[in-house]
Amino acid sequence: MYQFNYKKVKTVQEAVNELSINPESKILAGGMTLIPTMKQRLASPEQLIDIRNIEELNFIKEEPNQITIGSTTNHYTVASSNLLKEKLPSLSKLAEGIGDPHVRNMGTIGGAISNNDPTADYPAACLGLGATIRTSKRELIADDFFVSLFETALDEDEIVTSVSFPIIKNSFYMKFPNPASRYAMAGVFISKKESEVRVAVTGAGESGVFRWKEMEEALSSDWSKSSAESIKLSPEGVMSDIHGSSEYRANLANIMAVRAFENIK
Amino acid sequence: MSLVELKVNGKKISEEVEERQLLVHFLRDELDLTGTHVGCDTSQCGACVIHIDGKAVKSCSMLTLQANNTEITTIEGLADGDKLHPVQEAFRENHGLQCGFCTPGMIMAAVDIINRNSILDEKIVREELEGNLCRCTGYQNIVKSILAASERM
Repeated sequence: MYQFNYKKVKTVQEAVNELSINPESKILAGGMTLIPTMKQRLASPEQLIDIRNIEELNFIKEEPNQITIGSTTNHYTVASSNLLKEKLPSLSKLAEGIGDPHVRNMGTIGGAISNNDPTADYPAACLGLGATIRTSKRELIADDFFVSLFETALDEDEIVTSVSFPIIKNSFYMKFPNPASRYAMAGVFISKKESEVRVAVTGAGESGVFRWKEMEEALSSDWSKSSAESIKLSPEGVMSDIHGSSEYRANLANIMAVRAFENIK
Repeated sequence: MSLVELKVNGKKISEEVEERQLLVHFLRDELDLTGTHVGCDTSQCGACVIHIDGKAVKSCSMLTLQANNTEITTIEGLADGDKLHPVQEAFRENHGLQCGFCTPGMIMAAVDIINRNSILDEKIVREELEGNLCRCTGYQNIVKSILAASERM
């Protein structure tokens, strides 16, 4: 790794101040993506601002109709939360499938969504449940937060502080994990609240996570397995790389969507 | 350079380290605790797994400074003098290793798996070993060792 400065901060304000003073800084939360990226010299920030010890960002709490998770809450905490297992099991189950146990002990929800890796799991839950992302300066709905590959609506001096997920029991996430990395080759998150159906796809889109409108429309008008099976994702705009072609990934998305549907009671 | 203060295997340590130093290098090169291995160096293999405040993490994927004010346990800190930890003993009895390179990480992961799961079966153990690679054993005896150890802990 190249040499850099390291600063541990105790408050959100301190983190934001550091970002404004030095725009070449990067926020370090769990570091499960950032540190390996820096080791490969694909990133070389001048300074790391370690926010992992900001107490106020580490929580899971129930609010009216939603559950809010602080941005430095790690994946293990989300996966093992009894509150989530009871109220929003689709989310705790999703967290249980990220990386491996050691990664889950470090990686954070705020880091995962701020990085917006096109194959990450959390972005699918945010879009699929219609989450609200709170930052150091504003609130954004998930549809406005995720912009493109590794790109979000966050400003240079803005950090994610929490994510609020509507409590929608009728929801499920199913992914086909890459056998080596456990990142999604295609992952589909479906939720249904009264007549509103949301379907988000990760791991497949060339511009990252996206809402699958055709599937949403089909399931809104006819909530059935045959309806889910009748919709096929077009390979156009779907990623193609050494792990799989666009056609292969699109087909995986079709299958994951049906399996996710089948798991919603 | 920055100051890091932490406990490793019960011993208080306070040292100036380079900001970019990875924790695994601090353990191996500065403290001479070479039981923790660097395998893949890309966060895949788990040979570098240690415990920080009782949680299993990959020490090749974090900075020494991130571990400031924590308590670390490495493979060297498991045994009680000459008395092996139940997981170490189970690996010995069940031939849970061949070349031994992945073993420190496997054992540290296994202790964490057993601590977190009150009920263990083969399926859970295999899933939980997601972050640890072994190129010799085919995992059979590793799984057997962990299940045997879980009954004694």
